[in-house]
Amino acid sequence: MESKDNIALSVRDLKTFFYTNNRCNKAVNGVSFDVEKGKTLCIVGESGCGKSVTAATIMQLLPTLSRIEEGEIKFRKNDEIINIEKLEKNGKEMREIRGSDIAMIFQDPMTALNPVYTVGFQISENLKYHTNLNRKQIREKCISLLSDMGIPLPEKRVDEYPHSYSGGMRQRAMIAMAMACNPKILIADEPTTALDVTIQAQIFELMDKLKKENDTAIILITHDMGVVAELADNVAVMYMGNIVEAGTADDVLRRPTHPYTKALLESVPVLGRGKNQDINPIKGSTPDPYNRPIGCQFAPRCNWQTESCDIMPEISQINETHQVRCHKYEQFFEKYNEKRNSKIT
Amino acid sequence: MKKEILKLRDVKVHFPIQAGVFNRVVGHVLAVDGVDLDIFRGEVLGLAGESGCGKTTLGKAILRLVEPTGGEVKYISKNEEETEITSLEKKEMDPFRKKLQIVFQDPHSSLNPSFTIFGSLQDPLKKFGVKSKEERRKIIGDLLEAVNMRREYMDRYPHEFSGGQRQRIGIVRALCLEPELIVCDEAVSALDVSIQAQVLKLLMQLKKEKNLTYLFITHDLSVTEYLCDRIAVMYLGRIVELCDSEDLYQNTLHPYSEALISAIPVADLDKQTKRIVLEGDVPSPVNPPKGCPFHPRCPKAKDICKTDVPKLRKYSTNGKEHYASCHLIDLPEIT
Repeated sequence: MESKDNIALSVRDLKTFFYTNNRCNKAVNGVSFDVEKGKTLCIVGESGCGKSVTAATIMQLLPTLSRIEEGEIKFRKNDEIINIEKLEKNGKEMREIRGSDIAMIFQDPMTALNPVYTVGFQISENLKYHTNLNRKQIREKCISLLSDMGIPLPEKRVDEYPHSYSGGMRQRAMIAMAMACNPKILIADEPTTALDVTIQAQIFELMDKLKKENDTAIILITHDMGVVAELADNVAVMYMGNIVEAGTADDVLRRPTHPYTKALLESVPVLGRGKNQDINPIKGSTPDPYNRPIGCQFAPRCNWQTESCDIMPEISQINETHQVRCHKYEQFFEKYNEKRNSKIT
Repeated sequence: MKKEILKLRDVKVHFPIQAGVFNRVVGHVLAVDGVDLDIFRGEVLGLAGESGCGKTTLGKAILRLVEPTGGEVKYISKNEEETEITSLEKKEMDPFRKKLQIVFQDPHSSLNPSFTIFGSLQDPLKKFGVKSKEERRKIIGDLLEAVNMRREYMDRYPHEFSGGQRQRIGIVRALCLEPELIVCDEAVSALDVSIQAQVLKLLMQLKKEKNLTYLFITHDLSVTEYLCDRIAVMYLGRIVELCDSEDLYQNTLHPYSEALISAIPVADLDKQTKRIVLEGDVPSPVNPPKGCPFHPRCPKAKDICKTDVPKLRKYSTNGKEHYASCHLIDLPEIT
């Protein structure tokens, strides 16, 4: 895994805190991950676990009352490595990266587009700042982007306003906007949560295509384990500002080792398993971010809680790709190995 | 013996579109366009479909929260008296309001923020003759305990509760008049997955204890499969397929249901199937396509689909009734 060339973005020990009313919310509290070129990293978690803040931190789009406390975000641009966290938020360098090298698709296509500008104008803005194309070329590029996204009659649609687009088309326009400058990294923050499943399937098909054709690294933020199973190469499960488990999709979905990942997988009904499947809700609810449990954040809701959980567990490496943050992971992992061995014999 | 609790016959809800200085009616949104449906006592009937297909409107039309513009909704009581409820006067409707209740979609906007929980929940009890305050407090307190919340919570305000707790209060509100049928309108869609499972389990447990019937409206087919006995799939204001929940996944008849099922991401690496990607969006219900409403997006569409509207026909799969409306089904029709 040491072939560093294919790592597009590497985040190490990132901490982002929010300060309101003299209190501090440790929204992202020590997060590390790598994103490889042409691969999809899915960040999964419930609302409030810090997954969107992680994305906003990478883009330096944090609100005023928050700041990056520690850690580094290393972005590989061609052959040089840029430390994003050291750049000024609105400085020239950051603005050069934002939108052209790292682009983002926002959650809600209904509100992310500006209603008083045409869709074409909003896509061309990106090209105007980041490329040397002239007006005519920009317009042609806009039209070709829209037709790539499968929007019918792009020559006409490019001059329309967002209100005459449907939800799925708006999301596709958002993707067109993000893809305008062929970014190295695409961050998609719950891109299909507001959409229907049939439209969601269209968007996923599109993202798959982009990944294969342009070798783009994708960070997909979602709360749906189904989406993870379909799209992810690598998975990071977040809970209360920490990555509790990370690994390849195969590692995390087939051999979940953290109690939270396990519980999350058991709490959703899976299509095709019929009425007799057992779903187990996770007890309690996510803690108040201002009043966190000491030690392991999941301990109060965990069925395997022990005294040692009062200390925050360190990251343990199970194999080359699979990491987990739990004191008792060995016991879990042994269970899987036993099961697997018993199946083989 | 299966006994009906509700019979819907050709229910239509058309919303007028008004325009111009004199508010002339220039067209109609055909939100629900001719639905026939029987709901049996003690079952969980799922109503699935994409946004804008009319599933919420149908749910509301049953309770007359939206007035149906055509068709009949018949309520059949325990001793088999039939009453047509769409033509009743406001006062006459009251006893049926008690029997038919609803849990709303968004737990954040369906509770009045300026009332305590008790203040919000006591009104229906007052209206239906629970005169003493102590008794009302007792009923609500008992129900709060039944949904795993503390009795004291009734004197708190909605903002003090999390989404899952609010949804449970919504369930208490629906339960306090001891209804027979509850329409759950996307009752778990706004909740996080771990909380969603809690509410689903609670709904199932209450159903057993209180002998309830649910009409479960949702866009999430994995939830319907887990929860429902039968599932109706809606598209553009019509039911396109209605069958036993397991049959819908094993013997899918309608191409729309097939595409819908294949589009759902499954959290199981061993069960990955090829997605059937439908082109385009759901057409506008103001001006639905001629013929089969699904034909512009249907991968299997033939010429007949463009001209003739398919009827909901009865077939048999796995020895069970299976309704579907498609011209291209090869099974023998049962009359």
